[in-house]
Amino acid sequence: MAAHVGTLPRTRKKPEGLTGFLITVIDYMTTVDHKRIGVMYLGASFVFLLVGGLEALLIRTQLGASNLKLIAPDLYNQLFTMHGTTMVFMAVMPFNAGFGNYFLPIMVGARDMAYPRLNALSLWTFLFGGLFMYASFLLGGAPNAGWFSYAPLTESNYSVTHGMDFWVLGLQMLGVSSTLGAINFIVTALNLRAPGMRINRMPLFVWMTVVTSFLLVLSLPSVSIAMILLLFDRNLGTNFYIAKMGGDPLLWQHLFWFFGHPEVYVMILPAMGIISEVLPTFARKPIFGYSFVAYSGIAIGFLGFTVWAHHMFAVGMPPIVNAAFSLGSMLIGVPTGVKIFNWIGTLWGGNIRYSTAMLFAIGFIGMFVIGGIGGVFLGSPPVDYQITDTYFVVGHLHYVLVGGALVGIMSGFYYWFPKMTGRLLSEALGKTHFVLWTTGITLTFLPMHLLGILGMPRRIYTYYGDMGWDTWNLIQTFGAYLIGAGALLFLFNVLKSLRSGEVAGNDPWDGATLEWATSSPPPAYNFATTPIVGSRRPYWDHKHGGQGDSGAALEMGAPEHIHLPSPSIWPMVLAFGVMVAMTGMLYMKDLAESWAIGDMSVNPVVVLLGVVIVLFAAMNWQNEVSAGK
Amino acid sequence: MENSTPSNHSVGSLGVDSKKLGMWTFMGSEVMLFASLIATYLTFRGKDTVNPPFAHELLNHPDSAFIVAVNTLVLLCSSLTMVLALDGAERGNRRKFFTFILATAALGSLFLGVQINEYAGLIREGLSLSANQFGASFFVLTGFHGMHVAIGVFLLLYAAFRGKVQGFTREFPLAVEIIGLYWHFVDLVWVVIFMIVYLLK
Ligand code: HEM
Ligand SMILES: [Cu+2]
Repeated sequence: MAAHVGTLPRTRKKPEGLTGFLITVIDYMTTVDHKRIGVMYLGASFVFLLVGGLEALLIRTQLGASNLKLIAPDLYNQLFTMHGTTMVFMAVMPFNAGFGNYFLPIMVGARDMAYPRLNALSLWTFLFGGLFMYASFLLGGAPNAGWFSYAPLTESNYSVTHGMDFWVLGLQMLGVSSTLGAINFIVTALNLRAPGMRINRMPLFVWMTVVTSFLLVLSLPSVSIAMILLLFDRNLGTNFYIAKMGGDPLLWQHLFWFFGHPEVYVMILPAMGIISEVLPTFARKPIFGYSFVAYSGIAIGFLGFTVWAHHMFAVGMPPIVNAAFSLGSMLIGVPTGVKIFNWIGTLWGGNIRYSTAMLFAIGFIGMFVIGGIGGVFLGSPPVDYQITDTYFVVGHLHYVLVGGALVGIMSGFYYWFPKMTGRLLSEALGKTHFVLWTTGITLTFLPMHLLGILGMPRRIYTYYGDMGWDTWNLIQTFGAYLIGAGALLFLFNVLKSLRSGEVAGNDPWDGATLEWATSSPPPAYNFATTPIVGSRRPYWDHKHGGQGDSGAALEMGAPEHIHLPSPSIWPMVLAFGVMVAMTGMLYMKDLAESWAIGDMSVNPVVVLLGVVIVLFAAMNWQNEVSAGK
Repeated sequence: MENSTPSNHSVGSLGVDSKKLGMWTFMGSEVMLFASLIATYLTFRGKDTVNPPFAHELLNHPDSAFIVAVNTLVLLCSSLTMVLALDGAERGNRRKFFTFILATAALGSLFLGVQINEYAGLIREGLSLSANQFGASFFVLTGFHGMHVAIGVFLLLYAAFRGKVQGFTREFPLAVEIIGLYWHFVDLVWVVIFMIVYLLK
């Protein structure tokens, strides 16, 4: 691309050895660069993916045969709760946030996110929130009521450890992180677009991230409130969810699923965005029906708010309510189906290269369709009455979340790894990974539908031998190990390719969007001068003829002074302060009691300490901003 | 608040300032927060017929309703003074700014004082978080709002402090405007809460 002109920030040379390492650590702790933040998001999510995967393997091992007693029931509850919570909130969501962070600003031609320091705060709140929740394993027991935490099981008389308090407070931190991140994405995509990057020229990944962000901003408050009410119930003597005291356990379900259903689209839409970038690139065609993909994303977002009670068909709502929510659920299949046809249309007649990224993208389509069909079954109340709370539901959700979201995320990794690191991932290992995952996913999750129909309930820790469920369960456990092997192989591939992978160059796939127009990895300032965009596929058109639909497809603007915000430690300190305050809140009940009897326990002090850290960090943060850094 | 972004475009592709756009988005999330609380309140409204003290006895008391109505007026007035304070900040009229931003903070504090007094009265009547569903949902809903008012007062005082220490910089009116947006939002939410809790029969 254009030669590096203008005043570029200088890069300094790093010392070797321990000092160099420490400098790197400090660099990352204080960075406000969206790309580094993105890399940390991705790395942390991958660690959580492995931890959540380990929990899954323990669960599957225990279920491998009837009457096994490898894991005690109580621990089993903690494992499946933390497995679900981890995969949803600490793996899939932050993977999406990681790709969004890294690529959304580059794709719209911006220098960084709209609020770089706030972006760092999102990252650290996520990390500390996750660590906080995992600390529960060491501090008396992890949460144990499922990722959806139905009341009244979560009340203090049924869930006696502090596990649920950890869950509520940790998830509150993850929620804050997601909300701040979502606001940042929305403002960046809507307000920091490069000249000519009209809304209807934004890459589809950007589109889907924006829709996702709106879903988060509007749905998270509902679960936030639900959790605060639970915290009050557990610690301050209210009875919001306790029926015998006039409370209403269904209130939890409504508030939770009003968030929970949009949340499933939060997990899948970015993956849809990823494959909407990958498919056209490797089919060497423009996406078929760009506007349909974009607007059906919006339609899914809207409809996603109208279907939450399809998770509650069996609780005894009036038939007319069930019918209405069923109708909504069927409707949401329409924009989803539209997208499927767009992707197939993109492949149709294309000049297809079966790279690993492409294989995962195609795998996504196939497996997501299976999961979606399962969803349509469940969306019909009479069918749902039969199979709710059985393994059919588990099969459905894993097809859409593993076969869908995670496979889409993997497609993103193979696609963007060369841009992020300058090196290609090994295609041979990648294809093996693909085979291990598709086989593993099929063996693990397809039989679950059958077992569900045969009546195997979900969330049981073992079963009798005469149920006829043994063979399928064994196959499933075997499949799960294949998925685990695939994940490890991927890790190996990453580590190996980082050292000795083939050098990628700036544009290994002949890409169409702006990230391929800068170096690999991109410099801190992304583009030396502002790109001026005249096409939906600016870089592609630039390479192949140069004309967009309004003038040149891609030009670089005049040299200018580049101002990047300086690093700051305060976002991290602030997030740390929040965690300290949360730790004090954990023992809120003891706190309330200790005040009542006039004996100050240590907890208020801890909360206060956290608040002081937060205020101190906020003050310094503000001072840096005022000093124009 | 974040410093102006490191982007190449200062105004923003939508023609709005990024900080303001962020604040609007954040308020979308706040709307849903209060919607969830109000939904919770409505779930239990009128259902508590066993454990006293009952909502209709406490809230329909003519003088307590009158006090809350006046308090609502106090908050509404504070929105007006906020507008005047912003006008002062934008015109560089220091006197006007400081008078009205402090007036806004004072009205906000007055509102909180009256609310605390109301709480004290209700607690004397035997209402508490754990007394019944009305107590729980009433205190959580209005308490959450009160917390927002308290944060608002803090921000107002911060704006005054910043105007005093750093003077009226170029970014200053925007900061005041954004704090003002938040303040108007908190007022507006109270009007809705007031209607639902105190006026709905
Ligand atoms: C056509 C689209 C879909 C429909 C009609 C649908 C319908 C349903 C229904 C009715 C249930 C409740 C089953 C029960 O508990 O009895 C359910 C569960 C679930 N669905 Fe879907 N679904 C669809 C797509 C998706 C997608 C795209 C995702 C995620 C990316 C997803 C994730 C889940 C999850 C996680 C659960 C389980 C929640 C739990 O733990 O109970 N679904 N789905
Ligand atoms: Cu759903």
